[in-house]
Amino acid sequence: MQLIQLLIDGVASGCIYGLVALGFVLIYKATETINFAQGDILMLGAFVAYSLIGILGMDYLTGFALTVLIIAVFGFFLDAVVVRQIIGQPAFATVMLTIGLGFIFRGFASIYWGTDIFSFSTPFSGKITEFNGLIISYVNLSIIVGTAVLMSALYFFFTFSKIGVAMRASSENQLAAYYMGIPVKFIFSLIWSISAGVAAVAGVLLAPITLVDTSISLIGLKAFAAAVLGGFGSIPGAIVGGIIIGIVEQLCGTYENYLFEGVREISAYLVLILTLIIYPRGLFSDKAEVKKV
Amino acid sequence: MRFIFKTKYSQDINIAKHNGDRFWYSLLILIMAALPLVLDDFYLGEISYICILSIAGIGLMILSGYTGLASLGHAAFLGVGAYTHAFLLTNGIPFYASIPIVIVVSFLVGAAIGIPILRLTGMYLAIATLALGFIAEHVFIKWEHFTGGNRGLPVPQPEFLGMSFYDSVFFYYVCLVFLIAAMFAAINILRSPTGRAFVAIRDSEIAAQSLGVNLGLYKALSFAISGAFTGLAGALLAHYIGYLAPDIFNIFLSLTLLLLIVVGGMGSLHGTVFGAIFVGFLPQLIAICRDYLPSSIGSQPGLEPMLFGLILVFFILYEPLGIYGRWMKIKLFFQLFPTYKRQTFKKQKVFTKSDRV
Repeated sequence: MQLIQLLIDGVASGCIYGLVALGFVLIYKATETINFAQGDILMLGAFVAYSLIGILGMDYLTGFALTVLIIAVFGFFLDAVVVRQIIGQPAFATVMLTIGLGFIFRGFASIYWGTDIFSFSTPFSGKITEFNGLIISYVNLSIIVGTAVLMSALYFFFTFSKIGVAMRASSENQLAAYYMGIPVKFIFSLIWSISAGVAAVAGVLLAPITLVDTSISLIGLKAFAAAVLGGFGSIPGAIVGGIIIGIVEQLCGTYENYLFEGVREISAYLVLILTLIIYPRGLFSDKAEVKKV
Repeated sequence: MRFIFKTKYSQDINIAKHNGDRFWYSLLILIMAALPLVLDDFYLGEISYICILSIAGIGLMILSGYTGLASLGHAAFLGVGAYTHAFLLTNGIPFYASIPIVIVVSFLVGAAIGIPILRLTGMYLAIATLALGFIAEHVFIKWEHFTGGNRGLPVPQPEFLGMSFYDSVFFYYVCLVFLIAAMFAAINILRSPTGRAFVAIRDSEIAAQSLGVNLGLYKALSFAISGAFTGLAGALLAHYIGYLAPDIFNIFLSLTLLLLIVVGGMGSLHGTVFGAIFVGFLPQLIAICRDYLPSSIGSQPGLEPMLFGLILVFFILYEPLGIYGRWMKIKLFFQLFPTYKRQTFKKQKVFTKSDRV
């Protein structure tokens, strides 16, 4: 019974990692850029939600939707104005650029909102339900349900909508997509905006658990483990990878005595390194995208 | 404009290309050696710190600037160097014996980390080194027998050549001598076949491989050499800060090192010194900025990371070759004086490069 309880908590935190990892994967598939600022965009999402819901007193759902919209528009212009200039530079330049952007966001957040820890009330805060002796908090439930809803929405979007198909085409082959009349630059900016929106969703869902401060941007680094484990470039892989990382972290935290002290904090990074050494393709990658020496 | 008439192949790899170089660099060394006559202890301390940063910068420059491998966890090597040095000194090993051991240990640690993760390229390598940096920081906290954990580890300041490390003039000379030695070592590595193999790997792995460069070997070697330089810098840094705590060697320090080489200029050893001067004076620069901004913004703690990020983004977007690149352009302007063409350094149109196969 304790094990199942752990699994549920692990799945809930894993869903957050999965959502952030999903943002990496969408951008990576399209532009072969890794956005090291994904965690900082998540943090911005949480802060905007705090401003809208906590300070302006908006209704939770309205505030949620507005936050996602604001961050998505922000993501669009982030690509269109800044990141696009770096195309064609070596991978190192994009890594440094997005790290620099992350620092700017974090600095901005701590100047504008301050370095205190904030919280805002949600319909889920503090409520729990009992099921066969299992204790499930509404917050965890909201994260799992939110992720499931978002995933199915994205699935339908990428499968059936015209823009979604155009996005997949541009990710597959930019030049061919451009010849087919797809506005590739615009589509890439849209992908950035979706990815930022997904990060904002994760930020708002996470806010009741970790509360809102600048340190939650560190989630982005753990989400790398999820993305790599799932095979960078696979959307279901990102979510599954995230859930595995979440569960591993919970298990390591509980059985710390049997392993070694402090294993919980670094378990995600250990999984990441092991995946890269043993099976760098990841679990769900359809083709070998990692060049081997 | 100076044209060098080459009559021997060896002129291509000479350290000093012409007598002007010899004159200016000798003058620079003389001025650096004479500095303690005019500067007081505070500035000597700052310049010693810049020398240490330069040595660490050389290490990262060999890896990132010359071999093209990004490392986001290089503070780990500084930590390995610093803790090994402090541990050896505490156990009574003299300074002149400890430094070579530190260099060998960091070299081996670099190789041990390098061999498994260097099958990865580009982004994956950046992520893996980032994770390794976190794991290393964690090891520094938890391995209390060796590092003292969160309590920290005091660094003994032994006598060396009959002088004490508390004497800032003596410490300045130690740092300066190590910087000059490290610079010479780096120049010589980079003009040897090994260094040329590094540059070949950076420019095109496939081309390098077809010319017979063993990619795995040379990448691991680059990681190990880079680790050795950074470990040496860590040992000197241990003397500079005097008391080691694990949170010194965090990701922010790794990113500061990256800022150093990006601002200084990727792929040039001059750049490491320019970058180290910039990073060394960055806190003062931020303090000056604080005075000029309205106090509501100027007193915020978030200002530092924000400026850090802005500088990084600015250099990546507008001056990818850093301060050294700008210096080259200014120099060329005066060399060609009336005939300088603006188009010489115009950004060329580039397209996405794909890592996919």
